[in-house]
Amino acid sequence: MADQHEQDPKDPTRRDFLNTVTGVVAGAGVVAAAWPFVQSMNPSSDVLSKSTAEVDLRGIKVGESKTVAWQGKPVFVMRRSDAQIEAMRKSPGGKDPEPDDKRVIEPQWLVVVGLCTHLGCVPSRKDEGWFCPCHGSAYDNSGRILHGPAPRNLEKPPYQFVSAEKIVIGKA
Amino acid sequence: MGRIVEWLDARFPLTAFLKHELSEYPTPRNLSYWWNFGSLAGLVLVIQILSGIFLAMHYKADSTLAFDSIEHIMRDVNYGWLIRYIHSTGASAFFAVIFIHMARTLYYGSYRAPRELMWWTGQVLLLMLMATAFMGYLLPWGQMSYWGAQVITNLFRATPFIGDQVVIWLRGDFAVGDATLTRFFALHYLFPFLITGMVMVHLVALHMVKSSNPSGIDLAAKNNIPFHPYFTVKDLFGVGVFLLIFCAFVFYSPNTFIEAENNLPADPMKTPAHIVPEWYFLPFYAILRAVPDLLGGVVAMAMSVMIFAAMPYLDRSKIPGGARHRPFFRVLFYVFAIDVLVLTYVGMKPPEGVLIPVGQVATFIYFGLFVLLPFISKKEEQWLRARGLPPELQALVASEEAQRALKKKGAL
Repeated sequence: MADQHEQDPKDPTRRDFLNTVTGVVAGAGVVAAAWPFVQSMNPSSDVLSKSTAEVDLRGIKVGESKTVAWQGKPVFVMRRSDAQIEAMRKSPGGKDPEPDDKRVIEPQWLVVVGLCTHLGCVPSRKDEGWFCPCHGSAYDNSGRILHGPAPRNLEKPPYQFVSAEKIVIGKA
Repeated sequence: MGRIVEWLDARFPLTAFLKHELSEYPTPRNLSYWWNFGSLAGLVLVIQILSGIFLAMHYKADSTLAFDSIEHIMRDVNYGWLIRYIHSTGASAFFAVIFIHMARTLYYGSYRAPRELMWWTGQVLLLMLMATAFMGYLLPWGQMSYWGAQVITNLFRATPFIGDQVVIWLRGDFAVGDATLTRFFALHYLFPFLITGMVMVHLVALHMVKSSNPSGIDLAAKNNIPFHPYFTVKDLFGVGVFLLIFCAFVFYSPNTFIEAENNLPADPMKTPAHIVPEWYFLPFYAILRAVPDLLGGVVAMAMSVMIFAAMPYLDRSKIPGGARHRPFFRVLFYVFAIDVLVLTYVGMKPPEGVLIPVGQVATFIYFGLFVLLPFISKKEEQWLRARGLPPELQALVASEEAQRALKKKGAL
């Protein structure tokens, strides 16, 4: 059999062509069949529908941070004092520098996702910002990474003020 | 009975198979008790599959019900506490047995030709075991379960370009949630059967190349004895000792391997003040933390497990007998063992103070030993040969070299 059509790469036979086409079409078929299964592991519609959260800002005292749930993740909503705003404006941040006014809509309100950008633990509140107990990343009062293994500043969720005392997270 | 076996043998090689692979299977007569841990690993796999199937009859893989269903198993189900403690202790026993099995292979150089495939299929089995243990640990849905899964799935953020999408895809949610729990349960049930399949490959490879032995060379036929009854008995004795220790934990100290924090239901809004993985992941976790960069840490941790696969190439010495006849290699082995213990301790403690540089130095030594091995093993062999091998060893090497030359001649 094998020596009946000795292979010459420069002179492909009709059978070589058919073999290649069959292989390619079968491969494409396998990929197409796998697609729905891969997709089924992405967030389902009911998970996606939890994508916004309303937060009432009344009752959060100056210097205090409140943790609310958005998409099953904690979000820190912090009312910063004038001194804290001043200090944050002067500082450029740590290893991921970003000016403070790029991180807030109203300077008084800091809204950041409360998951460490390293491996997703919830940092705990300290006077100078947040500190992650898992691997020791420290963030300032603008949610910017100061030191530790985390690569980036705390993520800013999309949010907007619907009134002076209410924000909607998940909608910009 | 005889007629039934006869009928079967005409259609299926039952007697021939048992004779060839079990009762008359040739086994080196000098195997020590360090060679018991392969069969013990098989025993633990069976214990885990059986206890796991019975737990699954009462467990509910739903984020609102999972934690309570564990309490239900512990309090209401007849002997539920026993089955769960067998399963949770069994996870630790599995790693203990596998680590000793690996240490034996490293000490005696059993990974060297022709047993590279034994070592590599073993490496795949280790990875599968780690994945299974990790997914099973989420199922009780306690605080440690939750935050362990959160941290480990987050490691995939280090994937270039599509890291965030990969993490969401793995979890089926923006954070670890109900979708994550149900898929982990499905896969935790599936993996043991994949492991069983891989164990078959491991055993087929073993029966091709046969067991290594403390002398480190392939023994001539006169030094092999049938597996049964000599090693069935020796393995059974090992099983007895193992079960004594195993039952001591199950009945007298079952919570040794369950973090107190995991008796609190998962709370996605609050990370425990100090999260630690199970003891068998601690050295790798310490290496992850030692690198002050996400991608670097993940790569270092993956390397720390995968680097074992390179052992057949890193060890360039042909002196048989593993560490017994190799003084420098023996030193490397014990330094490595101590280094792993140091990393375990560092991984257990919060990342602060002197432990940060200690963890970094230990990580450096961990990889440094693998890097040094090719040079040290080569130099060591030259030094040993120049000094003159002990007569007994010289005879072993000569007989092995003669065998190799004979094979080469045959091949030509």
